[in-house]
Amino acid sequence: MNLFNSFDPEVQPSTLAPAYKSTILRAPLKPLIPIKKYIKDLSVPVYGDFKPGDLDHDLTKNSIVNGQPVGERIIVHGKVLNENGQPIPNTLIEIWQANACGRYVHKVDQHDAPLDPNFLGAGRCMTDATGHYQFYSIKPGAYPWGNHYNAWRPNHIHFSLFGTHLAQRLVTQMYFPGDPLLQFDPIFLSLPPKGRNLLISTFDMDRTEENFALAYRFDFVLRGYNATPFEK
Amino acid sequence: MTEKNILSNVSLQTPSQTVGPYFAYGLTPEQYRYDFKSLRSNELISPLDANAITLSGKVYDGQHQIIPDAMIELWQQDSRGQHWGRFGSGTLEENKYLFYIHTPEIVDDQAPYLTVILFMRGQLIHSYTRIYYEDFSTWNEKDEVFQLAGERKSTLIARKTSKGYEFNIYMQGEKETVFFDV
Repeated sequence: MNLFNSFDPEVQPSTLAPAYKSTILRAPLKPLIPIKKYIKDLSVPVYGDFKPGDLDHDLTKNSIVNGQPVGERIIVHGKVLNENGQPIPNTLIEIWQANACGRYVHKVDQHDAPLDPNFLGAGRCMTDATGHYQFYSIKPGAYPWGNHYNAWRPNHIHFSLFGTHLAQRLVTQMYFPGDPLLQFDPIFLSLPPKGRNLLISTFDMDRTEENFALAYRFDFVLRGYNATPFEK
Repeated sequence: MTEKNILSNVSLQTPSQTVGPYFAYGLTPEQYRYDFKSLRSNELISPLDANAITLSGKVYDGQHQIIPDAMIELWQQDSRGQHWGRFGSGTLEENKYLFYIHTPEIVDDQAPYLTVILFMRGQLIHSYTRIYYEDFSTWNEKDEVFQLAGERKSTLIARKTSKGYEFNIYMQGEKETVFFDV
C-alpha cells in the first residue's frame, strides 16, 4: 500500500498567515494528527450520474442572455499530474472567477463594478485520457477587498480538483504573469517563495487562436506517493 | 528506506489557496439559487428514503462566532458503497449545515464514521476530520484513528438528535476539533 505524501511545507502556505486577516480566527492551531496508515479506501471521484453540461467548459458561452460577455477572451489549458509525474485522466476541474470588471456574481460581493448579464463565471471541465484539460473564459479583473487599506486581489481564477484519492483534493487559485498586484497580496504571499511561481500561469502564444482568444498554460500537480511500499 | 525512490520529486505540488467567500455559484450553485447545475447536493441518500437520517451542525471560529461561509464535503462509506455530498453554511437558519445520510451501520467489525473536508475563507489549506457516532461507543473505543485523538477524541463525536445527529466544528479554542493529516 502506498501512502500519499503530506502537503509539502516547502511550497504550501502556512495555515496561519496573519497578514491575511481571516486566517487569525479560522486556522486550526493544534497540530494535525497523522492517520495515513489507517486509511483503507478513500478513492474518488464518485461523480455518480452527474454529467457536465455541453457548455460547462466554455464560460464565454455558458450563460449568454442577450449577447457575448465583455472582456478579453482567454483559453486556459494544461495537464493534471501527480507529484510522481503521472498524468491523471478523466478527472474533474471546477472553475469560478470574477468577470472582466472584477465583480463576482455572488450576492455577498458588493464591489461597485458592473455585473455582466452574459457572464456567470462558473464552469467545469474534465481531463482527457492523457491528463490534458482546456477551457474558454474571460480574463478576470482585479477587485478591492477589505483585508487592509486599499487592498486589491490580483487577477485570478479559482479551481477545485479531486484527483483519484481524498488526499489529492486541491482548491487553489491561478494567477497571471506580470501582475503588479501579486507583490502586495497576502493570500499569494502566504506561500513560501519556492511555491509562488507554481501558481502563476505562463502566456502561451502557440495556443492562442488568431482573431479570437489569448492563451495561458497552467499545470496542476496533485499530491503523489512514496513508491516504497509502507511496511508496518 | 532501502533505495532512493526514483519517482519522487518529479514535480512540485501545486500550492493550495483559500476557497474564498464567493465559491457558492461555482461549487454549490443550486443550494444558493444560482442558475448553474450543482455537481452534488447535501443528499447522500434521498430524504424520502426510510433509511435516511440527518446530520447537521455549525462551524465556529476562534471567537465562538458561527461561520456563515464554510463549505463542507461529507463522505460516507457503508455496505452499499461510497456516498458523498456538499453543502455551504450560508443558506439555512443560524448558518447551519445539513446533510441527509444513511443510518450508520457496522461494516467489517469497524466503527462507522464520516469523513469531512472543510473549506472556507481564511483557510489557506482545507481541513480533514472525521465524525463518529455517540451511540457506537464500544466500536469507537476500538477504532485506531479515534484513539489517536487521545484526550481530544470527544471533539469527533456526533450527538444523537430526534432526526439524526448533530456535530459542531470548532476551528480553534478549548474544543478545537481534531483535524487529520491524511
